[in-house]
Amino acid sequence: MDILAHLLPAGIAAHAPVLLVVIPLILAPIAALMPSGRIAWAISLLAAFLVAILALVLLGEVSQAGSVSYHLGGWAPPLGIEYRVDALNVPILLLVGFVGLLCTIYALPSVADEIEPGKQPMFYSAFLVCFTGLLGVTITGDAFNVFVFLEVSSLSTYALVAMGGGKDRRALTASYNYLILGTIGATFFVIGVGFLYMATGTLNMVDIARVLAEDGHSRVTEAAFAFIVVGLGLKAAMFPLHVWLPNAYAFAPNFVTAFLASTATKVAFYVLIRFLFSIFHPEVTFVAASFTWIFAVLGTVGMIVASAQAIFQTDPRRVLAYSSVAQVGYMMLGLGMGTKAGLSAGMLHLMNHAMMKGALFMALGAFALKFGVRSIASLNGLGRTMPVSASAFTISGLSLVGVPLTVGFTSKWYLILAALDRDWWWAVAALIASSLLALVYVGRMLMAIWMEEPPSHQGKAIAASTAPWAVVVPMSILALANVYFFFNADPLVHLANAAAEAVMGGR
Amino acid sequence: MSPHLILRVVSKLLIPIIVVFGFYVQFHGDFGPGGGFQAGVIVAVGVILYALIFGMEEARRAVPPAAVRYLMAAGVLLFAGVGVATLLMNGAGEPVNFLDYDALHPDQSHHTGQHYGILLIELGVLFTVSSVMLAIFYAFAGRIPDLPDEDW
Amino acid sequence: MLDILLERFNYIPIIILMMTGLYVVFATGNLVKRLVGLSLFQTSVFLLYITLAKVFGGQPPIIADAHGDDHGAAAAGHGAAEAVLYSNPLPHVLILTAIVVGVATLAVGLALVVRIREAYGSIEDEALNAADYSRDTGAAG
Repeated sequence: MDILAHLLPAGIAAHAPVLLVVIPLILAPIAALMPSGRIAWAISLLAAFLVAILALVLLGEVSQAGSVSYHLGGWAPPLGIEYRVDALNVPILLLVGFVGLLCTIYALPSVADEIEPGKQPMFYSAFLVCFTGLLGVTITGDAFNVFVFLEVSSLSTYALVAMGGGKDRRALTASYNYLILGTIGATFFVIGVGFLYMATGTLNMVDIARVLAEDGHSRVTEAAFAFIVVGLGLKAAMFPLHVWLPNAYAFAPNFVTAFLASTATKVAFYVLIRFLFSIFHPEVTFVAASFTWIFAVLGTVGMIVASAQAIFQTDPRRVLAYSSVAQVGYMMLGLGMGTKAGLSAGMLHLMNHAMMKGALFMALGAFALKFGVRSIASLNGLGRTMPVSASAFTISGLSLVGVPLTVGFTSKWYLILAALDRDWWWAVAALIASSLLALVYVGRMLMAIWMEEPPSHQGKAIAASTAPWAVVVPMSILALANVYFFFNADPLVHLANAAAEAVMGGR
Repeated sequence: MSPHLILRVVSKLLIPIIVVFGFYVQFHGDFGPGGGFQAGVIVAVGVILYALIFGMEEARRAVPPAAVRYLMAAGVLLFAGVGVATLLMNGAGEPVNFLDYDALHPDQSHHTGQHYGILLIELGVLFTVSSVMLAIFYAFAGRIPDLPDEDW
Repeated sequence: MLDILLERFNYIPIIILMMTGLYVVFATGNLVKRLVGLSLFQTSVFLLYITLAKVFGGQPPIIADAHGDDHGAAAAGHGAAEAVLYSNPLPHVLILTAIVVGVATLAVGLALVVRIREAYGSIEDEALNAADYSRDTGAAG
C-alpha cells in the first residue's frame, strides 16, 4: 500500500482528489473538437488511464491516513466545498476508474460499429462528461455538489442511451423515460437536501452529520430522509423504482450498457450508503425502522420478483437488465441488515457485480459485433462459433448465479453469514431461491450457447472466429477477475470491511 | 423582400444595445448582481433575435455553428484552465489548491488575485453559456419543419 | 389551524406547484406536456430554496463600502458590516446551478422528443406503445 501512495510525485499526489475529476472534465471538450473518432478514443483512454492511476494513489493515501480531504479554492469546510476520500468511497473510485478504463478499451471496435463516424467525437465527449460526473458524485463531500454531479452524469447518460436510436428507435423512448424518472429522482434528492439544509444550516456532509448528532432529529429531517431515499432509490434502480432500467440497458449502445451496468447504479447506491450511514445514524429509530421494513423487505421482494421477470424475457440484454435489478436487491438486503457484516457483504457484492455484469455485457457486445443479438435464440451455438467470448460469458454467468469458484459465490456466502448473524432465516431462504431463479435464466442462455447448433450460412456452419483484441482483452480481464478474486478474496473483502468500518465505527 | 420593415429596423437598433447590456452584466458581475450565466443568455438572445428577424441563413453567416462549437469547448477549458494555472503557480510560495485565485497575483492584501480569478472564470462561463444557448437554438431551429410556414 | 397555514404561507404555492407538476408528468400522454410538468415540478423546488434564504429584515448580502477609495474606511466598513442583518445568499447560488441543470434537462428532453417525432411520427405515449408492440412481439414486457 505504501508503494501506491508514492506512485506519483508528492506535488501531484497532493492534488489527486481534484485531478481525478478535472482530467476527464478538461479532456471532454478537447475530445469533442477532434476530427475523428479514433483520436477522441485515444483521448478518452488517456483520461481513463490517468483516473485509474490517481484512484490507486488515493487508495494508498487512504490506507495510510484514514481519510483525505481536499479544499477547493483553499476555502476550508464547512464553508467551502470539500472533496473527501475515505475507506467507503475509495473502492467505488477504484471501481469506476478501472471499469472505465476497461470499457474505454472495449469502446474502440464497439463504437466504430454502432455509432456513425461524424458523431463519434461527440459520443466520446459525452462519455467523458458522464465519467466526470460519476467520479465527482463519489468524491465530493458536499451534499449539493452531489446533486450537481449526479445531473452531470445523468444528462450525458440520457444522450449516450439515445445514441442507440440509430439502430433501434426504441432507444429514444427508453432514454426519454429514463430522463423523466431520473430527473424526478434528482429533484426529490434536492428537496431532501433542502430540508437538511433547513434543519442544519450546512451542506458539508461531515458537518450535517455533526449537527444532526448534536441537535437530534425532527420532522424536517425525517422528511429529508424520505425524499433522499426515494430520490436516490430512483437513480440506483432499487426494486419498485427500477422501471426505467430494463429498456435503457436493452437499447443503449453495447459499450454504454457495459459501462453503465457496472458503474452508474453502483455510484448512486454508494451515495445512498453515505447518506444512510454517515449522515443519518443507523441507530436513530426511524432510520433503523427503514432498514428493517423498507430496505430488507423491498430488497428481498426485489431479488425474487426481478429474477422471476428476468426468466420471462426474450432479449438477452433485458434478461441481464432485470438481473441487475435483482442484484441491487441483494445489496439492499445487505444494507438493510444494519450490521457491519451486512454492509460489508453488500459492498462486496457491489464490487463483484460490477465485474460480472461488465464481462457479461461485453460478451453480448462481442456477439453483437458479428451477429445481431435480438433474442436468446440468436445465441444458439455461439460456443462453437465464438469460443473465447462464449467462455467469458459462461464464467461470468456462473458467477452471477453464485457457483463456487467464482466471486458470486464469495459475496453470497458473506451475505448469508451476515443474515444468519441476525437470525434472518427468511433472508437466507430468499437468497437461495433467487440464486435458483438466476440459475434458470443464466442456464437458458448457456444452453443456447453450448447445446444448440451453431449459426450457418447457406447450409455451412460459419467458421469459428474471435472478436477484435480490444474486445477480448478487457472482457477476459473482467471474466478472469471473477475467478481470481474467489481464490484471492482478501483484497476485496478487506476493502469492503474497511468501508463498513469507516461508516459504522467499532459497532 | 422586406415584409417586416418595422421589426427589422427596431431589431437592428436593439441588438447592439442587448449585447452591450450583456457585457455590462458580465463585467459588473463581481461588484453587483450579474455574472457569466445571465450575461451569456443575454448575449445569446441578441443573436437569436437576429436569427428570428433576418432568418437562420443570415444568423449562421454572422455566427457560424463551427465557431459556436469551438467557443463552447473554449469556455470550459478556460474555466478549468484557471484552476490548473493556480495548481501550477504553487512554486511561488505555499502550495495552493485548485481554483485558489489568490495565487494568480502576488498582491495578497487587496485580493487582486481573487478579482482576476473570478473575471476569467466568468469569462469562461460567458463563452460556454452563450454558445450552448446558441447551439441549442441552432439545433432546434435548423430542423426542417413538417409544416411549411404558409400552412399554419 | 389558520395560524399555522398563514405562518407558512410561502409553502402553500410551492406545494400546489409541486403537486401540479408531478400530476401533469404522470397524467398526460403527450411527451412535450410531460416535460412541461417536469419543469413546473423543478421550478417549485427552486422556489422552496429561495424562500429558505429570506431573513425578515435582512439586507441584500453585498458589503457596500468594501471597495471605497480609502482603504482605512474599507476596513471600517468590514467592521460595520457585521452589525447588519443579511439575507442568506447561498440558496440563490445553489438555485442558479439548479436552474442551469433544469435548462439542460429540458433541452435534452426536447431534443429527444424531436427525434422521437421523426422516428415514430407521433409524440403521444399510446401511439408510441402501439407502434412498438405491433411491429414485433419481442418488445413485450
